[in-house]
Amino acid sequence: MAELSVDPYVDLYARRTSGMSASEVRALFSVAARPDVVSFAGGMPYVQALPTDHLQEVAAAVLRERADVALQYGGGQGPRTLRERLVMLMAEEGTPADPEDVVVTTGAQQALDLLGKVLIDPGDEVVVEAPAYVGALSAFSAYEPRFVQVELDDRGMIVEQLEEALLRGARPKFVYTVPNFHNPAGVTMSRERREQLVALCREARIPIVEDNPYGLLRFEGEREPTLRSLDPENVVYLGTVSKVFAPGVRVGWAVAEPGLLQRLILAKEAGDLCGSNLTMLITERYLQGERWRRSLEDLVAAYRRRRDAMIAALERHFPPDATWTRPAGGFYVWATVPSYVDTQALLAAAIERRVAYVPGTAFYPDGRGRDRMRLAFCYPTEDRTLEGIRRLGELLADEEELFRSMSR
Amino acid sequence: MNETVAVLAGGRAPEREVSLRSGHRIVAALRSRGFDAFLLDPAERSLVESLSAARVSACYIALHGKDGEDGTVQRVLELLEVPYTGSAPFSCQVTFDKVLAKEALDAAGVATPAWATVQGAALRDLAAGAILGHVSRRVGLPAVVKPSRAGSAMGLSFVEREVDLPNAVMSALSFSDAAVIERRVVGTEVAVGMIGSPEEPLPLVEIVPKSGVFDYASRYTAGATEYFAPARLRPEVAGACQEEAAHAFRTLGLRDVSRADLMVDRDGRPWVVDVNVSPGMTDTSLLPMAARAAGIEFPELCERVLRLALDRGGSKSRGTSL
Repeated sequence: MAELSVDPYVDLYARRTSGMSASEVRALFSVAARPDVVSFAGGMPYVQALPTDHLQEVAAAVLRERADVALQYGGGQGPRTLRERLVMLMAEEGTPADPEDVVVTTGAQQALDLLGKVLIDPGDEVVVEAPAYVGALSAFSAYEPRFVQVELDDRGMIVEQLEEALLRGARPKFVYTVPNFHNPAGVTMSRERREQLVALCREARIPIVEDNPYGLLRFEGEREPTLRSLDPENVVYLGTVSKVFAPGVRVGWAVAEPGLLQRLILAKEAGDLCGSNLTMLITERYLQGERWRRSLEDLVAAYRRRRDAMIAALERHFPPDATWTRPAGGFYVWATVPSYVDTQALLAAAIERRVAYVPGTAFYPDGRGRDRMRLAFCYPTEDRTLEGIRRLGELLADEEELFRSMSR
Repeated sequence: MNETVAVLAGGRAPEREVSLRSGHRIVAALRSRGFDAFLLDPAERSLVESLSAARVSACYIALHGKDGEDGTVQRVLELLEVPYTGSAPFSCQVTFDKVLAKEALDAAGVATPAWATVQGAALRDLAAGAILGHVSRRVGLPAVVKPSRAGSAMGLSFVEREVDLPNAVMSALSFSDAAVIERRVVGTEVAVGMIGSPEEPLPLVEIVPKSGVFDYASRYTAGATEYFAPARLRPEVAGACQEEAAHAFRTLGLRDVSRADLMVDRDGRPWVVDVNVSPGMTDTSLLPMAARAAGIEFPELCERVLRLALDRGGSKSRGTSL
């Protein structure tokens, strides 16, 4: 009688890995990557719209003129010249920042991990939105927090719920929010809620982590002030060039007060010494001059058309009792389907019909969201979107028929 | 010159990822035994053209799920007269479809738990949803609800209360056109592997998932399940399991390689709950564990299975009995 060990390390793993397991949904996504599947699953930017000739020139110029820096190690904070460009991007949304307060990270995703590393001890409370960006949930989870969930409505985080949680005794290390064009919910926090949130957190002395990847992708309406611009001292700001330029360069950043910044830089150096000088310098050069603005305008126009196509298709093909958000920017529509539908179970059938989405459960740490789905409109063309939503609508109609039959 | 072998893996079924993991391991194993093995993913490259271009001696089928396990790819290879590992098309088709397999096993007297089948069409076209009440009376609760044609425990759920049956059936129907609702046998879960002949089953592997349920995560996350080989069963019970499994393999006409999953109830009685014609060959899969318990390491296991196909050759294989 022998106990077989399929993994000789199994008794060695740290407790923080206990949530890391194989999943059926992830397995299904590997099938959804086929070209005949219309995928609303991944939030993949439309990089094909970037000016190829210009990019070649940018990359060539970096290697021609600055190869000695581009191919070398650098400092953990990232080149000062790039940080100046990133501060300029923040100024586009009226957010003042000093390049000295910026650390460049490998995408904003690394900043989430660094914040977890620097701020979360096992058992600490962390406030997240319900639903929340799945990448933040995974990044923080490795540090074993307890999530306090605050729900969203069409004006963003319901700040009263946070206030109630604090009154009930919650003592979170920080509040994490995506105020603009939320991932996955698509909603934007109203001006009033922003002021409420900032005031509440300042009084309770709880820092806010403002994750703003989509802020510059506004299709319509007035820009809302960033939380950081409302309260620079109590808000850690996270930015990325993934959506205004390209995710492949892996350039994001965090802006924080000097003490926290220093720890973030030290944590980053401990993790990867420094970011890629090559892609950081390419990013810096891309963001010089005015050319990038035109490309961004083209991108925003394309995303707006794709959003419109998706909303029109949903109105035409989704069942009357389904609802969805109408984002004023960003990448995502968040749909609520009738409660008898389990979007996680339905994904296999959806892929069989050549369409994919992300089931709502991915965005809650507690298994909620079975009747929700995230639909990313950023990648498929308008025609493909129309076809994909038609396929999903048909599937939902069949589900309704099944359900009606069984509840007779 | 070394013999060229295409390891078919990947495909378009939901088990694509698992299949690729199996396939890459088999390629490495066969290369270590001197074969010129390469991975061929029918979802990426045309099967027919690639096989003709590469002049392969045989195909090792590591596809899981639809197309790979239901006789589809086997029929293509029959037409191409390329030898392949595993069972003949009709046996694959019957075994992969739990509705047909359960009927065949039951008719042959193999112990398989009481079950009922609900087809999606019955609910949609005949509006026969009310039969679910009859189903739970026939089968009893708790029950296991599974898609008729899927693997890796995908779309499977356990039902304790009658009110949860409709949702479980809908989940299963997301993966397949019919749902099998089976009485849940509580006891010890074991797998019986077979290489070569149904009369020579491998030692039993006992499965103890830490979560209590051998679902997708428990199957493919290393460390999520404890395995014991041989199983911690009395010898006569273990022997009864092997006999029941061999009876199932013979009934379904399987050859080369296969695996049966059984539940041993509290009275020590074995029940066959599933049979696979293309068992997983990943680093957490059951058949390689069973082989190792019999002293057969993974490369040897792969070579032995492959040799069976090479020896049979590509000439029209006569259908095995079913």
